[in-house]
Amino acid sequence: MSVKVIIPTPLRAYAGKQDTVELQASTVGEALTTLTARFQDLKRHLFADDGRLRSFVNVYVNDEDIRYLQKDATPLKQGDTVSIVPSIAGGRGFNGNQN
Amino acid sequence: MATKTDLSPARTTVALSNEEVLRYSRHLIMPEVGMEGQLKLKQAKVLCIGAGGLGAPLGLYLAAAGVGRLGLVDFDKVDLTNLQRQILFSNDDVGQPKIEAAADRLHGLNPDIQIDRHETRLTSENALDIFRDYDIVVDGTDNFPTRYLVNDACVLLGKPNVYGSIFRFEGQVSVFGYEGGPCYRCLYPEPPPPGLVPSCAEGGVLGVLPGIVGALQAAETIKLILGKGEPLVGRLLLFDALAMRFRELKLRKNPDCPVCGNHPTVKHLIDYEQFCGIRGEEAPAPQLGVPEITPRDLKSRLDRGDDLFILDVREPHEYQICNLNGYLIPLGDLPSRVSELDSSREIVAHCRSGKRSAEATAFLQKAGFRKVLNLKGGILAWSDEVDPAVPKY
Repeated sequence: MSVKVIIPTPLRAYAGKQDTVELQASTVGEALTTLTARFQDLKRHLFADDGRLRSFVNVYVNDEDIRYLQKDATPLKQGDTVSIVPSIAGGRGFNGNQN
Repeated sequence: MATKTDLSPARTTVALSNEEVLRYSRHLIMPEVGMEGQLKLKQAKVLCIGAGGLGAPLGLYLAAAGVGRLGLVDFDKVDLTNLQRQILFSNDDVGQPKIEAAADRLHGLNPDIQIDRHETRLTSENALDIFRDYDIVVDGTDNFPTRYLVNDACVLLGKPNVYGSIFRFEGQVSVFGYEGGPCYRCLYPEPPPPGLVPSCAEGGVLGVLPGIVGALQAAETIKLILGKGEPLVGRLLLFDALAMRFRELKLRKNPDCPVCGNHPTVKHLIDYEQFCGIRGEEAPAPQLGVPEITPRDLKSRLDRGDDLFILDVREPHEYQICNLNGYLIPLGDLPSRVSELDSSREIVAHCRSGKRSAEATAFLQKAGFRKVLNLKGGILAWSDEVDPAVPKY
């Protein structure tokens, strides 16, 4: 399935500065694996060392949180939009500190 | 049905003066607000956490709308860099406590309302006491510890939390903890660990963005007070100013949420700095233990004609603001571009404040570079100690 992955502002630097990436995947897990294979720097921002999605990063298929669908196994249809939505803190930077 | 009870607020002790009727006439002639709604606004008590980018439009619109009691929590002073977006303040306010400048401005806008000044850092010790007096809390903070503190305190006290958050040109808005709806921890159970980039170089904010997001928070606050419309509960609104696009995602209450779930484990306020893992983050460079050079020492060595290679690890757009004529390789590109550096030469790495270049120095040491120094305090310290003609940003 061809799906669209929306990359949030804080992570665009690790995804070739793109805001959306089109790729082929039949599940959310596959989409994220394909994405991080293409942009390897993204991997540590999305996944913890144990391979689980980081708890400050949410993933949605269209408008639904995958935690309430089938998580990684959530199936994708042609034309679905996968959104990566990390927590953001404020105007000073990703973690509130500017340096 | 228009019955006597519909008119009752007008007969209570709270009433509008003739001047207030005129002031709020554009509200009063709308059926969604009307006299009843305007009196609700007058009796409402709203607490704004932070008098910054989000707090500015919030404070202005809530004061203008006639919210009877407006609490402000902030302990900062107005800085020149605030004026690009914090429209509560003027040039003359630079150096003044934000709370004073904000209260003066809001009082000037609407002398009929009460403004409570809480000039303090919000902490686990004082949050519940401060929050208790208010009906609604509006979160205009800029950091994770305070955001989790505000969320937990609101859940514990059963108060709605009107949330807004911004990053560069993107914003998030929602209403948490309202009538059994989800809370911030349902959305994000844990904060990101500090130091996990996107780095400081990714920071910054489009000045108008907090204006839009703060105004959305003000609209939600006013709707909650009026009890009108559909509050942004169970919905996360995303705004992208660059694409000029709003999107809405479903936000569910997490039954396992540690604060508002079925079996809460957080029953009192905790240490949020520790929760967010940012104790001692202020001084990361010494923790890395990399060799340093002070701006003055660098200047005298350059004047002496020593062969030093200046490596600037900031972003290209920062180089355009000011530079020390160094060789630019952004920190994120360093691993792939390390071959451009000559390990036989002595390298002085610098960034804006010395933090990124400390990471770069540590990285280069690991990569086998023997002669690498970190410019202590970065280009900011260079401006302070060596050349004030170099602008600080």
